[in-house]
Amino acid sequence: MPASDPGPVSDPGGAVADAFRQEWGRVVAVLIGMTGNWDLAEECAQDAFAQALKTWPRDGVPRRPGAWLTTAARNRALDRLRRGATEAAKLREAAVLAPTDEPHEDDESGIRDDRLRLIFTCCHPALPLEARVALTLRTLTGLTTAEIARAFLVPEPTMAKRLVRAKQKIRDAGIPYRVPPAHLLSERTAGVLAVLYLLFNEGYAASAGADLVRQGLCAEAIRLAGALAQLMPDEPEALGLLALMLLHDARRATRVDDAGDLVTLEDQDRSRWVRSEIDEGEAVLDAALRRGRPGPYQLQAAIAACHATAAQAADTDWAEIALLYGQLSRVAPSPVVELNRAVAVAMADGPAAGLDLLAAIEASGELSGYYLVPATRADLLRRLGRWAEAAASYRAARDLAATAAERRYLDRRLSEAGAHGARPLRTESAALATRQSLLGSARWPYRA
Amino acid sequence: MKYMLLICRDESVALEADERADMASSTDAWVTEMDGRGVRLLGNRLRRVADATTVHVRDGETLVADGPFAETKEQIAGFDVIECANLDEAIEVAAKHPVARYGTIEVRPFWED
Repeated sequence: MPASDPGPVSDPGGAVADAFRQEWGRVVAVLIGMTGNWDLAEECAQDAFAQALKTWPRDGVPRRPGAWLTTAARNRALDRLRRGATEAAKLREAAVLAPTDEPHEDDESGIRDDRLRLIFTCCHPALPLEARVALTLRTLTGLTTAEIARAFLVPEPTMAKRLVRAKQKIRDAGIPYRVPPAHLLSERTAGVLAVLYLLFNEGYAASAGADLVRQGLCAEAIRLAGALAQLMPDEPEALGLLALMLLHDARRATRVDDAGDLVTLEDQDRSRWVRSEIDEGEAVLDAALRRGRPGPYQLQAAIAACHATAAQAADTDWAEIALLYGQLSRVAPSPVVELNRAVAVAMADGPAAGLDLLAAIEASGELSGYYLVPATRADLLRRLGRWAEAAASYRAARDLAATAAERRYLDRRLSEAGAHGARPLRTESAALATRQSLLGSARWPYRA
Repeated sequence: MKYMLLICRDESVALEADERADMASSTDAWVTEMDGRGVRLLGNRLRRVADATTVHVRDGETLVADGPFAETKEQIAGFDVIECANLDEAIEVAAKHPVARYGTIEVRPFWED
């Protein structure tokens, strides 16, 4: 897929392409650590891969491709510095480069991996969110500026400027290249996870289009989350995020029909869900939950697992989902989570119980103007046979709906409610459909 | 690295007497701590924007006007110049400033080559 195509490499099937995917971020990270110069690091990493492309077919693939590439990039950096810089800078930089293959200063946190320092620096909260995302992709996955621009639907010069400004700010404002010390670690980790999840969601939301670069963001996000989870083995939320991504990604292909319309969870072809991804997601989630410190990502992953493991929509364990939303509501309170909980409770304990919770949400006024509130009320009323009230709520929801697809959906439900006596209604499916779109919007808690 | 902390707050919001006293003592404590750490190089409160004067020269003519250079919701009420290892330390120092609890601290790196 194009998103994982190596930028400077022309043979994506080969060992160099594999090495590019595996090692790009590490090579760039080590080079930044050595030189403190982000542009130089990227250029030298690119040179190293170009060199590999030339010599590996001739001399064979080195036993440790990562080490080979890092050395090549480092030598390249030395060359460039010796050629280009002023005498003073040359001495300074050469001094940085010369002494050792292990250039790390100790991070205060005790974590030693250049990629981790790079992730935390790219996701520093002093950078604009969009720059954090772009910089993470550019430096850690090696997507080209053109590819990132396409993925985020902005012109390439705009994206190039964004990357340049971000690197400038890192340098000029003194954003440190390090894993944050312990007292900042959990807050900054949440920021990193949020960036990775945003990345994933960009790809996930793009499933409808033919744009494979955007869809490829899911794979990049999963790869980065996997690396992060490996680098931070004591952080169960990193595992939770990885599990959440895997469980969503498993059903990505079934979310949209041939016409590009969203397919509700109930109507998705479960035989096309990717079993191996679901299994992996569950295993990762179990590993996370064993730490005994559930957080928002683990809980969302647990909810996603309930859906992913139900053989039929009717088998869904709504009681468990309602409990999980309750827990999520406690660790990361949000009215959208409450709305999801109301729907899950309605599925588990009946529409009346759901309406009680919904009334509390409406009374708080926090989601006023959000079409899913009246849409949910309409579905619950309909299941109770309160047709006239249901129709009124569908109309209210339709007036608030932002997209044509949402309005089409609500119009269909409205006409069913109007014709209620004529034929049996698919009441369950309506509630499920609403719930499914709710889950979509509840990719919340860290969505910026 | 050197940073300028611009201490910004809405001057139209008056503090209660006890809040003012608390603000004064916590600001003193902040100054003492940061001076002691060798972080703070200098700083001061500024008079209100009503006392500000803007000056610009056009075609050789000096134009003087009353007031601040821009009307904003919050105004610069003071400044501190700090010397820190990196932005994270500057953020930590700024976050400890008592005005951060109800106003805004802008952290600006010095133009250093």
